[in-house]
Amino acid sequence: MRVALLVTHIRAEEKLLLAAFNKRGISPDIILDRELNFELSRGSEQLAPSGIAWQAYDLVFERCVSTSRGMYALAVLNCWGVRTFNTYETAAVCGDKLRTSIALTRRGIPQPHTRVAFTPQSAMQAIEDVAYPAVLKPVLGSWGRLLARVHNRDSAEAILEHRQTLGDYNHHIYYVQEYVDKPGRDIRAFVVGSRTIAAIYRASNHWITNTARGGQAINCPITPELDEICVRAAQAVGGGILAIDLLEDPRGDFVVNEINHTMEFRNSSKPTGVDIAQAAIDFVVDQIGALA
Amino acid sequence: MDAPPLCPECDAVVYIPVDAMENELLACAECGSELEIMCLRPLELALAPEVEEDWGE
Repeated sequence: MRVALLVTHIRAEEKLLLAAFNKRGISPDIILDRELNFELSRGSEQLAPSGIAWQAYDLVFERCVSTSRGMYALAVLNCWGVRTFNTYETAAVCGDKLRTSIALTRRGIPQPHTRVAFTPQSAMQAIEDVAYPAVLKPVLGSWGRLLARVHNRDSAEAILEHRQTLGDYNHHIYYVQEYVDKPGRDIRAFVVGSRTIAAIYRASNHWITNTARGGQAINCPITPELDEICVRAAQAVGGGILAIDLLEDPRGDFVVNEINHTMEFRNSSKPTGVDIAQAAIDFVVDQIGALA
Repeated sequence: MDAPPLCPECDAVVYIPVDAMENELLACAECGSELEIMCLRPLELALAPEVEEDWGE
């Protein structure tokens, strides 16, 4: 089986994935997204930076830290019929919080009350419609950057003015959510295919609980309810290998907050006791093997 | 014997793990700069690219 690992650079996760591939007897070619140079009027017969034709790969496993590079590379490769994990469709939905919300709504999956508006005036109305405190998020963004919890009209006006004045057009899409009063933690669950293989609580005194922002990872038991909502959420965005971020609302019910298609998991295998990299690669290799 | 690799930012000696790979990120223990291993033989370090707005999960 010939595999390419498409990366921006090598992080702890990519080393774990490479080791997992090696355990299955596969040595992926590492392709750097900075070296991509696709001729769009031709097809998969053209050579990848590895010197091998794209069509010779049974699988391209996308792990770019750059969301846009990864997503557009998947668009090209999938258009050519090159098999990838995840797919372009899944990446395009997960990479955009608005599209994720739409996909979840279509499947009736619980999520925070969410509105979108396109001007500071209509965004102010959207914030007041969801009620204070509200959360403003960039539709394209990650690692918890540029999230704002808005407590009152004064701070809403200031944040909206800053975003309109200082932000590029992406920041003029005002994605507004109700603030879910969670119990000092959120949940990150890892879905591989149709199974939730592991989950962690991300505990923090800060309302932003990303481990990239200091949240502490603690094992979270996978109950049938958690498994069901996670698998449904994964299927709603196209399926694959995904991390589902959930909040527990004050009634203890789960709501899906975000879905990540190139998840980080270096801090999650130890508390859960699950080899997340191996589970993901075993799934991928078995899938590709079954199609061969 | 090769000279020990130095941080391009602060000139401190940088520890390279035995299983290091090309294009792997590591941090300078002295100044905290994020570095990228551009080449293993000969060893070449560079400052890692600045994080861009669309980077992350």
